[in-house]
Amino acid sequence: MGGALLGAVSQGILWGIMVLGVFITYKLLDIADLTVDGSFALGGSVCAVLVVAGVDPLIAIVAAMLAGMVAGAVTGFLHTVLEIPAILAGILTQIALWSINLRIMGKSNTPLLQSDTIFSRMTEMTGLSANVASIVVGLIVAVAIIAALYWFFGTEIGSALRATGNNEDMIRALGVSTAKTKMIALMLANALVGLSGGLICQSQKYADIGMGTGAIVIGLAAIVIGEVLGRLTPGKLVGFKSRLVSAVAGSVVYFLIRAVVLQMGMNANDMKLLSAVIVALALCVPVVWEKYKLRAHYTKGGEADA
Amino acid sequence: MLKLSHVKKTFNAGTVTEKRALTGVDLTLADGDFVTVIGGNGAGKSTLLNMIAGVYPLDSGTIELDGVDISRLSEPRRAKYLGRVFQDPMRGTAADMQIDENLALARRRGKRRGLAWGITKQEKDEYPELLARLGLGLEKRMTAKVGLLSGGQRQALTLLMATLTDPKLLLLDEHTAALDPKTAAKVLDLTEQIVAERGLTTLMVTHNMNDAIRLGNRLIMMCDGRVIYDVAGEEKKRLTVPDLLRKFEEVSGGELANDRMLLS
Repeated sequence: MGGALLGAVSQGILWGIMVLGVFITYKLLDIADLTVDGSFALGGSVCAVLVVAGVDPLIAIVAAMLAGMVAGAVTGFLHTVLEIPAILAGILTQIALWSINLRIMGKSNTPLLQSDTIFSRMTEMTGLSANVASIVVGLIVAVAIIAALYWFFGTEIGSALRATGNNEDMIRALGVSTAKTKMIALMLANALVGLSGGLICQSQKYADIGMGTGAIVIGLAAIVIGEVLGRLTPGKLVGFKSRLVSAVAGSVVYFLIRAVVLQMGMNANDMKLLSAVIVALALCVPVVWEKYKLRAHYTKGGEADA
Repeated sequence: MLKLSHVKKTFNAGTVTEKRALTGVDLTLADGDFVTVIGGNGAGKSTLLNMIAGVYPLDSGTIELDGVDISRLSEPRRAKYLGRVFQDPMRGTAADMQIDENLALARRRGKRRGLAWGITKQEKDEYPELLARLGLGLEKRMTAKVGLLSGGQRQALTLLMATLTDPKLLLLDEHTAALDPKTAAKVLDLTEQIVAERGLTTLMVTHNMNDAIRLGNRLIMMCDGRVIYDVAGEEKKRLTVPDLLRKFEEVSGGELANDRMLLS
């Protein structure tokens, strides 16, 4: 059980990078970007093929990130230039990527076998166990990315991007092309998703065409869990930095829950159903609560004033 | 100087919902002109402002600002020259961002945005003083989210943002119509103050005929997508609401006043 939980933590952190990508589009831009299912697998496929071909695993990770960025640019083009609704643009890219990923790998999965990975290097260098090594690597990457995102969203472009998600009319009136900011956000988000896919590929030592299926739901679930964690923490961690950290923490908790329910004997194939239910519940609770309050508030004849 | 020549705009051309919003507007504003715009519903007042701001592409005609033809520039590219305040107080500010962040976004209107900090230390020192001028106590709430402010406070903030860097033209689209009378009067006072102090060239659409007469040095009346009455100086000062109503009937052969205008 201990090993399984440690494994879940390491998975949670590595997937957490993807969650940060989903956070950018879903929370800052208010778009549910379905590209991620495809761009996650794209990152994995690109990384696997390169590692098998003998490319340095670190370079393979960077390539996975760039590939994700290109996928984001495709969705961005469909959405901002061709004005296809964001959800549909994401679905189109996602579906296209399924074929592209199969082309890249030439088959439905690519094992890395005895190839070197950044994780195996870490274990060799430090003598740590595989799980601990991947937690250490994951933490280094996650901290670096959170720091970079925190910086970026404080810059002029980053602020304009946040404003785009808030009020498009306003930011256009202030001279910002929202097509450009959306494009940047989608590229940045999917770069992180691709990076995460590459990391997962190296940590599990294979890439699979289905590895990204449901990634968007995992991302949304992790964000929701992270928000709850943020609110429950004393001092209400709702600042921007805390929100980024919460997103990754939410991912870790998600994978811990997953490990526990699997240990308890749940069929692994039912996990996606559970994720969907978690997200649906989290999204509907505020709405149902609001409706209930409105109904409960009603008094015939206005006795409440008395 | 703003110069509109033969500006035309038809929405949904060739369909049953076709709407000829502007049927040929010729209008020249001198530097420092403060022009109020009145007219019935669907007269084209808001469309006129939106066309100048580049929200929709022109069908024909030209718009020149200080000798530069801006007719074909996109909305974000025109923003460099224009300060805008919308009717809906929610539209002018970013609710989830702080007051100082909103001001910083406005400070960079029309400038290239790069990877420098979105708000500098120096700006954080300057903004409280500017906010204090609004007299709303916002200077003490610099890091509050704008979404927490009232409609009037947000509209006053939008006005400050629109005039933060001197625009060549200030476009006010019924910017007090959604506010309660007291707040509306306050925002209007601020408008008058800022415009006078900085000598800003201004186009203000309003439904309130008294305001239209009282404010500014020139008044234009629109009907069916064109300017039907244009009055300035002493003649404008002597106008009364009945004059305006009579004028409208005379020129258009219809009734100007709808309930909203008579009640305001």
